[in-house]
Amino acid sequence: MKLDPKIPEGPIEKKWSSHRFNMKLVNPANRRKYSVIVIGTGLAGASAAASLAELGYKVISISYHESPRRAHSIAAQGGINAPKNYANDGDSVYRLFYDTLKGGDYRAREANVYRLAEVSGNIIDQCVAQGVPFGRDYAGYLDMRSFGGAQVSRTFYARGQTGQQLLLGAYSTLSRHIGAGTVKFFDRREMLELVVADGIARGVICRNLRTGAIESYVADAVVLATGGYGNTFYLSTMAKASNATAIWRAYKKGAFFANPCFTQIHPTCIPVSGDYQSKLTLMSESLRNDGRIWVPKKPGDLRIPSQIPEEERDYYLERLYPSFGNLVPRDVASRRAKEICDKGLGVGKTSMAVYLDFADAIKRNGKNWIEEKYGNLFDMYHEITAEDPYANPMRIYPAVHYTMGGLWVDYNLMSTIPGLFVIGEANFSDHGANRLGASALMQGLADGYFILPYTLSDYFGRTKFSSLATNHPEFVKANKRISEETEKLLAIKGKQPVNEIHKKLGKVMWDFAGMGRNEKGLKKALKLIPEIKKEFWSDAKVTGDSDNLNIELEKAGRIADFIELAELLAFDALHRKESCGGHFREEYQTPEGEALRDDKKFAYAAAWEYIGDGKNPKLNKEQLTFEYVKPAVRSYK
Amino acid sequence: MNFTLKIWRQKNQKDEGRFETYEVKNISPDASFLEMLDILNNQLVLENCDPVAFDHDCREGICGSCGMMINGRAHGKGRKQATCDVRMRSFTDGETITVEPWRANPFPVIKDLIVDRSAFDRIMQAGGFISVRTGSAPDANSIPVCKDNAEEAMDAAACIGCGACVAACPNSSAMLFVAAKVSQLALLPQGQPERKERVQRMITQMDKEGFGNCSNNYACEAECPKGISVMHIARLNREFLTAKLT
Repeated sequence: MKLDPKIPEGPIEKKWSSHRFNMKLVNPANRRKYSVIVIGTGLAGASAAASLAELGYKVISISYHESPRRAHSIAAQGGINAPKNYANDGDSVYRLFYDTLKGGDYRAREANVYRLAEVSGNIIDQCVAQGVPFGRDYAGYLDMRSFGGAQVSRTFYARGQTGQQLLLGAYSTLSRHIGAGTVKFFDRREMLELVVADGIARGVICRNLRTGAIESYVADAVVLATGGYGNTFYLSTMAKASNATAIWRAYKKGAFFANPCFTQIHPTCIPVSGDYQSKLTLMSESLRNDGRIWVPKKPGDLRIPSQIPEEERDYYLERLYPSFGNLVPRDVASRRAKEICDKGLGVGKTSMAVYLDFADAIKRNGKNWIEEKYGNLFDMYHEITAEDPYANPMRIYPAVHYTMGGLWVDYNLMSTIPGLFVIGEANFSDHGANRLGASALMQGLADGYFILPYTLSDYFGRTKFSSLATNHPEFVKANKRISEETEKLLAIKGKQPVNEIHKKLGKVMWDFAGMGRNEKGLKKALKLIPEIKKEFWSDAKVTGDSDNLNIELEKAGRIADFIELAELLAFDALHRKESCGGHFREEYQTPEGEALRDDKKFAYAAAWEYIGDGKNPKLNKEQLTFEYVKPAVRSYK
Repeated sequence: MNFTLKIWRQKNQKDEGRFETYEVKNISPDASFLEMLDILNNQLVLENCDPVAFDHDCREGICGSCGMMINGRAHGKGRKQATCDVRMRSFTDGETITVEPWRANPFPVIKDLIVDRSAFDRIMQAGGFISVRTGSAPDANSIPVCKDNAEEAMDAAACIGCGACVAACPNSSAMLFVAAKVSQLALLPQGQPERKERVQRMITQMDKEGFGNCSNNYACEAECPKGISVMHIARLNREFLTAKLT
């Protein structure tokens, strides 16, 4: 199949506006005849569901949570980017576009990234109007901070809870529509199958997590806003329920999966402390504005940090990258932390950590100033580690945080299955091989508020729909398949709780497909993952029944999909014989240890096509062309 | 550390429910309360028993999913903590810990420690919003907000909707929850046009759901994982009265 990204003609600044003009419109009176299912209620899903309802479409919103407000967007801390240039420091749409494309190590589609930068200013306007209490200065105007990979202050924030406030804003708008009956919300439903009829996406099959019932939902289009697949690694900063089932099932129905190996390891997380650990906690990147990262110059220096004199410390990021210093992009900061710890210079009990030190900022601006800016993060650190970060530096280490890869979409955010749209983290589109801080919130809301409402209308306007109900053979077939699969999980009756198998998978992924990857390790992973899959289907122990709330059954289904996805991830990582962004192949690096891209061979998005169980997926390439920003060696020196 | 756990088990809404006693051993003091429950559940699965069902997700105190009465206190005895923030080092070795779901009529038990909090969503649907259409907002800086008001609005907006305020209140009152939203939006210029209608609609829905009234017990503030102040309830009352009188 030839991949057509459907990038509009014309200069980059005009592409989106001319595309909007050329789109088919649906008359307001006719809109109520069209229906759409939106899976997920995070920033992308909630903003899309609310905005589509506002246009007049019939919207079905589905979440595995009890309430839309629980979606994991809520945990984003630091902020959201927009090139408002309120700081008068030289920001512009073009600069945000440039920074994002460069930050993504030239592996994203130019036209998409430009559009993202273009609409991002409207997001701030929209959120302020909804009552999002952004941080303000004493004159009452919006305050900004800076984030990694940028030299301007363009990040808007609401203390360390920006994601929460933006999600509650989108949730409030969605709630208004649920109350008005323009959105029908279904809670505690997990999407288990995409239904494709006559070649287009027409519905989904869900398991009602409360009753166990298998339910069918019909509509004219389906939108997946189901987030990323970071929990493939077991330990990550993702929420426990975050899973890849929806996108994985869509992949197996024919949607291409692009760049699965582009995973982001966030540099500032609280280090792992024991094998009981169920998740990792992120310390916002915003801390790198005022915190300085260092390790002792001498390996095994066990003195308490305040007793190590300046000249015996290595502020390695400031030393290696004098112009960006502690604010280098995430992939660079993470890799350098790993390198330092691998050399035996790490600190703390496990030696797998580096210091993030606020002593200078406290001396300069006072403890109160730090408290006002980062108070909740410091409290969180204190609670988890029982150490006071005001008195001693934090210890941090990288952890899996975000996945840039996802289902392939064209410029209209439509996947390779007509009528299946994918938005937010679930798609692959805008961040290339590395996402910059404060850009996930921006992309989720851009897709939901300002892009999908246009492109979905265009799809409705261009498509003829036959009337269809849940007795359609495709629905009946899918329903049956899901019921059988559920019984199959319950019938394994092995010896291992599914969580234990998930931990094994996570260890393989972290060791061989984590921060540093190489051919030997990836090949090993590709040998071990099928063994884990076999182990799962022969030895997993799933207790309980299918006809009621069953937490083990929920987990089992998700883990089965993570195992399959892990294999694709490793397969993609093995095929990409270059280093770029979050994908660091140890064989491909510069003498200084920077990622070495191979633009001649790999300037493409790898879109994998499912062709059957046990068969290698088929590679489809979307060649990336760079007309405006010429790929260069990404330098933050 | 070793613990004896007395946990509320209830198969579904119709089941009467009862306490069951379990033992967990060799728990790291650094483990979180929920990680301790994970270890228990692992044990139960290995013994072919039904694991304890509880809501949880982000495990960093922000999503509001988790919530249980730990030794009779909502989210345990620590200040400003959600259940997932509770660490085992805050208990004494060998302690017996009693774990129950939120107890309030408007929050019926679904299974074990999981309750149905959709009443909160319905209150929000009744009026917890500003009716701005996507695309019709003016430039963000055209609405300056006095910093003090913005900060106070943010204090209120920090609510995670966990329901601890209701669980802690002898009247099962949801007034801190409702007050947090009413207060946030009343403090901001953007919230003014719908100010009076909002408070009335939210209060009407709150009453309809069967939540009680505030009798100045202040247990809600004490147990709130985000430390939301009862001052917001005072503002809620004022807003409601003003809306009714004018």
